[in-house]
Amino acid sequence: MPEQTKPILSVKNMSVQFPSLSGVVSAVRNLSFEVGREKVGIIGESGSGKSTTGRAIMRLQPATARVVADEMRFEDVDLLTASEAEMRAIRGSRISMILQDPKYSLNPVMTVGEQIAETVILHERLGRKAARERTLAMLERVNIRDPQRVFNLYPHEVSGGMGQRIMISMMLISSPSLIIADEPTSALDVTVRQQVLSILDDLISERNIGLIFISHDLNLVKSFCDRVIIMYAGRIVETIDASKLDQATHPYTRGLLEALPSLDHPRDRLEVLKRQASWAEA
Amino acid sequence: MSISQTSAIAPGRAKAALGALRKVAASFAVILTTLLGLLVITFVVGRMVPADPVIAVIGDQADHETYERVYKEMGLDQPLYVQFATYLGNVAHLDFGQSHVTKNAVSSDLARVFPATLELATLATLIGAGFGIPLGIISAVRKGTWVDHLARIVGLLGHSTPIFWLGTIVILVFYAKFGLIPGSGRLDVYNEGLVDGPTHSILVDAVLAGEWEVFGDALLHVAAPALILGYAAMAYLSRMSRSFMLEQLRQEYVLTAKAKGLGQRAIVWRHAFRNIRVQLLTIVALAYCGLLDGTVLIETVFAWPGLGQYLTSALFFADMNAVLGSVLLIGIISIAINLLSDLTYRFLDPRTR
Ligand SMILES: Nc1ncnc2c1ncn2[C@@H]1O[C@H](COP(=O)(O)OP(=O)(O)O)[C@@H](O)[C@H]1O
Ligand SMILES: [Mg+2]
Repeated sequence: MPEQTKPILSVKNMSVQFPSLSGVVSAVRNLSFEVGREKVGIIGESGSGKSTTGRAIMRLQPATARVVADEMRFEDVDLLTASEAEMRAIRGSRISMILQDPKYSLNPVMTVGEQIAETVILHERLGRKAARERTLAMLERVNIRDPQRVFNLYPHEVSGGMGQRIMISMMLISSPSLIIADEPTSALDVTVRQQVLSILDDLISERNIGLIFISHDLNLVKSFCDRVIIMYAGRIVETIDASKLDQATHPYTRGLLEALPSLDHPRDRLEVLKRQASWAEA
Repeated sequence: MSISQTSAIAPGRAKAALGALRKVAASFAVILTTLLGLLVITFVVGRMVPADPVIAVIGDQADHETYERVYKEMGLDQPLYVQFATYLGNVAHLDFGQSHVTKNAVSSDLARVFPATLELATLATLIGAGFGIPLGIISAVRKGTWVDHLARIVGLLGHSTPIFWLGTIVILVFYAKFGLIPGSGRLDVYNEGLVDGPTHSILVDAVLAGEWEVFGDALLHVAAPALILGYAAMAYLSRMSRSFMLEQLRQEYVLTAKAKGLGQRAIVWRHAFRNIRVQLLTIVALAYCGLLDGTVLIETVFAWPGLGQYLTSALFFADMNAVLGSVLLIGIISIAINLLSDLTYRFLDPRTR
């Protein structure tokens, strides 16, 4: 197996269930996939289980959720049997997560610098001063020109684009080998989306990181990722190279593609997405 | 880019500073209005109560001329607005008139009884906050476990047990039956008058004077009423802290903190707790104000010579100057506490600066 695709994460038959008053809800069912040092997109409509999948990998599912799997392996770690302390040591240092909206995902009463520095203080036992230096360097790395000033800002004082670059700094500062980005650009203005993506892209290829990129934007995933996992109702319906998406055969994937507006082939009407119960059972 | 960033934020900062200034000005305006309203109420009530203030002074045996003379002396023949202005002037000089019961100036009576209440209420607030807030937070963090259930039962009991009843039971059991606590007052007789001033809180004064025996005695006296009041405050504060903390733990930034690898302690105390400081401050201030004017019952049960008892007997004897002076004092203290908590929260929450 080439280095590029040698898996850092391998998941076999993972299911996530939420008990509820009206019975058990299966948010994710028998999911199997691998992630190497590559960019893997997970795409699917809202409620298809994308976020649940990302969180279950880091064991960050809600306390009520039940996760079962035949295998969940990250590098040399068995995620199924790792202790809580081992999981804490992994989170933020070896697997990180970037959330959707910096408006909510940053602590409103802590300066952004303090929040970034916290990661290296925690995982690398750095002193305040060294952590500050590292933070400033990291802020510079995500193209923030005036790190000294930005360090002392509070989240409500920064724009969405800058907020997401701060989130990226916080989650990449300890050099993880896997990043789960859960709709990292969905809350951003279209104008800064590309900027944030290219910063993320640079860092990922520079450091040879594996990325799970969760999105509901097929166009974005098509251009940004190497491979795409298409989810429907908690299951994987198809996994396909991003470059071969146009040749996808599964009717759900075809439906997604045909529902996309395109400048090259203008259409009077966009297709309505077709759904079939059998896809969820396959 | 750095230029565009700076210029994008600098006007925002200036605007924010202006906004903060406006907010402070607004809260001062609210306070002044509240204070004025309070003064109008005490003034009007003082003029409207059926108890004739002149008769209260001279007694109902005095003759008509004396009545007329005192009536004029008290300025009651002047138009109302003049009387109100005089009243404001007097209040500004801390002159609330004379108590017809104690024959002292109300202000010197208040200076004597208020520290006793302040001492009791402060201690009770410290007990309530010191136990209630951690209890509420722990029960939020351990939601649904036996710790949570126990904490909620303790809280509910504290909330639904009448203070008067609890106080009576404590007196009956710990004083009358076992003789473990002194039953009344602030000190035993032989310790009285040993420390005097500067704060009129016996606990503080005894420490300042190095009178440890007096301190111990005062502590023993204040323990039961302070614990009972503190328990009631704790019930309220723990319930509120629990719901504040639960709300925070649902926030997205908590997920971020977990994804960073932080442990529960750091998440709760470093991240979430900082976000509820303002709310906690507000409810502690509320509880404190509530205790300051809510000590009436407990002061009666434990014969605590504080403002509550003073006010009760003043009401009983229609001692209007004493009543209004007490009410005014309680009002002003409440306003001051609110102002203080308002100013502090601007300091604690960067978004309000
Ligand atoms: N805390 C929860 N309790 C109960 N059900 C949940 C919870 N979180 C998610 N679910 C369910 O799991 C399914 C997948 O949700 P999610 O992973 O958030 O989807 P996506 O990220 O693809 O939009 C949804 O049907 C949702 O109802
Ligand atoms: Mg989602």
